[in-house]
Amino acid sequence: MSSDFRVEGYGRVDRDQTLTFTFDGRTYTGHPGDTIASALLANGVHTLGSSVKLGRPRGIGASWTEDATGLIQVEEPFPEPMLLATAVELVDGMVVRGLNGQGRLAQIPDTARYDRKYHHVDTLVIGAGPAGLVAARAAARRGERVALLDDRAEAGGSLTGTETIDGRPSRDFVAEVTTELAGNAQVVHLPRTTAFGHYDDGFVLALERRTDHLSDPPAGRSRQRVHRVRAKKVVVATGAHERPIVFADNDRPGILLAASARDLLHRYGVLAGREIVVFTSDDAAYAAALDLVAAGAKVTVLEVRAQAPAGAGDLHVITGARVLSTRAVLPADETVGNHGRIASVAVMDGGGHEFGLTCDLLLVSGGWNPTAHLFSHVRGPLAYDEALGAFRPARSVPGVEVVGAADGVLDLAGCLGPEVTAGDEPERTPGEVIWRVPGATDRQFVDVQRDATVADIARAVGAGLRSVEHVKRYTTIGTAHDQGKTTGVIAAGIAAELLGTGVQDLGTTTFRPPYTPVAFAALAGRERGELFDPVRTTAVHDWHVAHGAVFEDVGQWKRARHYPQPGEDMEAAVLRECTAVRGGVGILDGSTLGKIDVQGPDSAVLLDRLYTNMMSSLKVGSVRYGVMCGVDGMVIDDGTVLRLADDRFMVITTTGGAAKILDWMEEWVQTEWPGLRVHLASVTEQWAVFPVVGPRSREVIGAVFPGLDVANAAFPFMTWRDTVLDGVPVRVARISFSGELAYEVNVNAWYAPAMWERLLEAGAPHGITPYGTETMHVLRAEKGYPIIGQDTDGTVTPHDLGMAWAVSKKKPDFVGKRSFARPLNADPLRKQLVGLLPTDSTTKLPEGSQIVELCDDGVLPAPPVPMLGHVTSSYRSAALGRPFALALLKGGRERVGDIVHVPVGGQLVAAQITSSVLVDPEGARRDG
Amino acid sequence: MQLIECPWCGPREETEFHYGGQAHIAYPETPSELTDTEWAQYIFFRANPKGLFAERWSHSGGCRRWFNAVRDTRTYTFLATYRSGEPQPEVQS
Amino acid sequence: MTSATPPGAHLPEHGDFLWRNPEPKKSYDVVIVGGGGHGLATAHYLAKNHGITNVAVLEKGWLAGGNMARNTTLIRSNYLWDESAAIYEHSLKLWEGLEDDLGYPILFSQRGVLNLAHTEQDVRDSVRRVEANKLNGVDAEWLTPDEVAKICPIVNVSGDIRYPVQGATYQPRAGIAKHDWVAWGFARKADEAGIDLIQDCEVTGFVTDGDTVTGVCTTRGDIACGTVALCAAGHTSVLLDMLGVPAPLSSHPLQALVSELLEPVHPTIVMSNQVHVYVSQAHKGELVMGAGVDSYNGYGQRGAFHIIERQMAAAVELFPVFARAHLLRTWAGIVDTTPDASPIVGHTPYRNVYVNSGWGTGGFKATPGIGWCLADTVAHGRPHEYVAPFALDRFVTGALVDEHGAAAVAH
Repeated sequence: MSSDFRVEGYGRVDRDQTLTFTFDGRTYTGHPGDTIASALLANGVHTLGSSVKLGRPRGIGASWTEDATGLIQVEEPFPEPMLLATAVELVDGMVVRGLNGQGRLAQIPDTARYDRKYHHVDTLVIGAGPAGLVAARAAARRGERVALLDDRAEAGGSLTGTETIDGRPSRDFVAEVTTELAGNAQVVHLPRTTAFGHYDDGFVLALERRTDHLSDPPAGRSRQRVHRVRAKKVVVATGAHERPIVFADNDRPGILLAASARDLLHRYGVLAGREIVVFTSDDAAYAAALDLVAAGAKVTVLEVRAQAPAGAGDLHVITGARVLSTRAVLPADETVGNHGRIASVAVMDGGGHEFGLTCDLLLVSGGWNPTAHLFSHVRGPLAYDEALGAFRPARSVPGVEVVGAADGVLDLAGCLGPEVTAGDEPERTPGEVIWRVPGATDRQFVDVQRDATVADIARAVGAGLRSVEHVKRYTTIGTAHDQGKTTGVIAAGIAAELLGTGVQDLGTTTFRPPYTPVAFAALAGRERGELFDPVRTTAVHDWHVAHGAVFEDVGQWKRARHYPQPGEDMEAAVLRECTAVRGGVGILDGSTLGKIDVQGPDSAVLLDRLYTNMMSSLKVGSVRYGVMCGVDGMVIDDGTVLRLADDRFMVITTTGGAAKILDWMEEWVQTEWPGLRVHLASVTEQWAVFPVVGPRSREVIGAVFPGLDVANAAFPFMTWRDTVLDGVPVRVARISFSGELAYEVNVNAWYAPAMWERLLEAGAPHGITPYGTETMHVLRAEKGYPIIGQDTDGTVTPHDLGMAWAVSKKKPDFVGKRSFARPLNADPLRKQLVGLLPTDSTTKLPEGSQIVELCDDGVLPAPPVPMLGHVTSSYRSAALGRPFALALLKGGRERVGDIVHVPVGGQLVAAQITSSVLVDPEGARRDG
Repeated sequence: MQLIECPWCGPREETEFHYGGQAHIAYPETPSELTDTEWAQYIFFRANPKGLFAERWSHSGGCRRWFNAVRDTRTYTFLATYRSGEPQPEVQS
Repeated sequence: MTSATPPGAHLPEHGDFLWRNPEPKKSYDVVIVGGGGHGLATAHYLAKNHGITNVAVLEKGWLAGGNMARNTTLIRSNYLWDESAAIYEHSLKLWEGLEDDLGYPILFSQRGVLNLAHTEQDVRDSVRRVEANKLNGVDAEWLTPDEVAKICPIVNVSGDIRYPVQGATYQPRAGIAKHDWVAWGFARKADEAGIDLIQDCEVTGFVTDGDTVTGVCTTRGDIACGTVALCAAGHTSVLLDMLGVPAPLSSHPLQALVSELLEPVHPTIVMSNQVHVYVSQAHKGELVMGAGVDSYNGYGQRGAFHIIERQMAAAVELFPVFARAHLLRTWAGIVDTTPDASPIVGHTPYRNVYVNSGWGTGGFKATPGIGWCLADTVAHGRPHEYVAPFALDRFVTGALVDEHGAAAVAH
């Protein structure tokens, strides 16, 4: 058999250039403009792979994305699983193979780029077929901003070039319209762009394929782009899909939809067979048959209807005919690409006479399914149309217009509308809706990809299933790559027949995005790696990097965790940093702490309502620690509050809580207490904060800020002072999160690097040591200061933390107060924050460890073992010379001194319950 | 992927907004006088209708204002948006 | 081109007979409202464990067409709190014998679940949960990033992602099952026991007499009842509103998606809270993913696509090989969530009405467990010990079972 099925004088591929590709290890050629499918068919290759369940041969079944079966794996230039051969444009050097039902993912990273683009238009037209072109041109001529999207490489939709429009060849009409649109700056026309999802209020997502069709794509161009279009009006001009008819062995390679064969001829110059049988119940197949005959094929038409329609010409038509089954080429004739391919059909004519016809191609046409997916995506109702044998838009949806074949209009004149004149078309004879031909139901494939047959549907019905949804799930029909595009309605039709009900009564079909499959990476866009989530860094981040800091993620922030010196692991670095702070002076970059500027005459009222303790009594110039709870009485954040003026406070939040707490405060102000005269603004990024901590911190601060009286009496603990350095305002606060004498230096972030350097310089004689968050955590834990979110988990009250002192008894109410009076809050067995000292003085209990009662025999009982609580924080302490932990423990404060067990890696570690304050419990160090 | 009509800014993308649950649930005047059951009702219990629902939204990625909306929870369609403090408008789904 | 055995050849076929389609009778001892997984499982265990078969399961649409048809089929029991671990572990044990019990293939595949940790706090929370699981008799391990890569080589455990993997919890007994098969297995057994599964039968109201519900009004007529069990998931509030019973439930869209069929690449289940991912590879080869819960209340069985896009970004971030896998289909269920992310099960103010709701993203995995416990509750007229902690009154006392505090991501 000759392998050249390319016909001279047909098609728009560039025959001056030849491209080479391999399929299943064999080399073939094609031309620019080809798809893998057209190039394979031009080489006489029909069979692509085998089916997932039965292993039956599977081939190309259509010419575009309605193909339910022609799947391939692209291996080169980059592996991509399960693509339709009909939709992959050929480029030189491609390596492609058939599939056995599963695709293969690449084992190497995809370095291609994927991005997004936004459009706002008056009218979005989806589909550049005749109806879409007319709609887009009309909108453009009205002066509207227009986007025209089309999934194919060139505009024109189903136009083959044989038609006449406005007295000209249809391709000329297409060229005219696209040229006019291209000259209009208000119009965006995107080919190779598939609208795959339609959402409320005129929002459409479309995938543009930008590089795969280029043999040498420009560097830096994104491979695929998701266009996000917001349109006042969406015109759905997506055409229709031809529908097959089900008969025995209808799954063979060499069986195509009729219009697809015509499309292959006119678009690619490919005659998919030479001896063709056309099985049809619809007129459209005749146009295909005539064109195929003209191109040199021998065609026999098997017409379901009793009479051939007007457009039959002098075709050889057998009326009232049915295809009963098909046969494949004999095994001896099998060649690569033709395994299982059709060789003959068994036919019964209108008189009941059965006979066989040899053929190398069987074309099928059972009518048309409007491609109403994008209408259905926005809950556009679809109704079954008896005459059409398909679902079509039932009524309009505001802002959405469905035109042309997508609305069930099957003649060109109807699609073009009154403004444009179509050439003569044969009068359409009503098609006959036929789902299947009686025969061997176990070989009648409804979903060719899923190997689901009429017998399966019958079995489902026999099993008691009455809902089409059950039938689909029982048979898996409609769940494959094509999502039932061409066969969904057939499955419903056959199920309805078997159930003796109407298709509409089985329930309407709803389509969901995506219309065609979309690569994960395309949807991910650029939100990967560093762009997956914004990275926030402080004003002195570069210094930390330059000095070898190890960072940790805290919310979106990168925080310096520790600064290892050569040879140090984290433990060693942290012990050194801790020793330096408690023994001399250290400096921390605390800039990530949330800062909220609270202004207005009612600021104090607001804070009194939101903090558990009293803030209105705070004096200007002073600082107070406070705790915030949710309405359920559980701690949500803590921090310090600086009173800047009678009507102004600076609220400091945790790093992770900054945005949440600002939102929380805003919500109360706006929704509950709009009468309060108070305004909130985040100033987290504006202020850099550098705690200078340790017994020598006073010297450092005094040296850097000569204008500041740092003496304890003049500048006591929990006060703040403004000063100026070289004309730059600086605020210094006596706040300590370590128990040590400490000054927090606040400065405009713009000056932060300089300030940081000044502090280091002044601290150098005292051995100032930069320390990270890990050391900060150790120092605060030694003092029993909890970290909200680490030592709490949303089930912890201030009382549980031992902070009853921070809960006002004077205020009649504050957020969370009422919840403290719930019965469970009085439970003496609530978990409370305590210290925990491993009795062996050496084991560092893993954070998260559970705590159980002392097991006398040193062996855990069988589960379930009652748990007393868990270790929330655990460190090695330089100050204590041993590891220690904080824990939430049932009734913990009453149990100080008790020994409990902590299971650690299969061992039970004994630990003694202690107060949570382990270093300097009398607070002697805070004033230096 | 709706457009939501912020009463202050006009129609904006859904992704700019933050959901705040049922609207018109006032913080109790005197929580201490409520029974545990009444207090639990305030903290936890919210209507969950299948149909029209008056709810709170915040234009968190825009003007950061809270406002109220009546939305149909079956279709997600916004039938009205209105500023805090304004009465719930009469709308039909 | 072709392999010797097609990759889908080994999958079983559904049974030749599943259930009758009976007309509703005038009266039943027990009426279960909701023919999803929970309702069907409850029916099965009522018959099997308690011999109660004068039971109707009323389904407003098609059996198991709600969340049962829409979930991502993860089964695990590695919950933090004792109360949660107890019911989910009970359920997991039932899963392990369910195929035999039902006499129906459910494709239960215990392939393990990894819950990834990405921050220091994730690590603390994860260790806390692992240690709690062990003490509760639930299999659990803490794995280093290298160990994670051994179990699931396609997870990017390198430092070059935004939130590098710091480790993971691992529950080897976790797995997946085929949701329809599970539901149909329960339905078939319940039907076989004589229980009436009544579809297209929407409950429109209740007939009450004081604190007793005497009948259920439906689109297929009124049905008298002895006991009522509400198993309506996202629609529970609609039913409770008919009874005037307030409950802290809110219904939200929860989306999921699948890829095309792919050669085996993902041997386990991976979940991540920080980089929101939940993914497994189903029996035929499709990647199945659950997205986050949509923020707003909704009964629409559809969610916003930006949630899916974010899910895709997270998937590719953690699994670079997924880049060119394709999103084939998305869908949504309606999950009923509660303030503490734990279910509400047990008594209502009506003495003969039991509610089973609020399972959020945990409903599928709980199916046999809650079916067992709810049947026991109905049969004995008091909450089974495993559901007792999930009583509605916990919101008054403050005895929440706050799974928000647990590190485990939803699903």
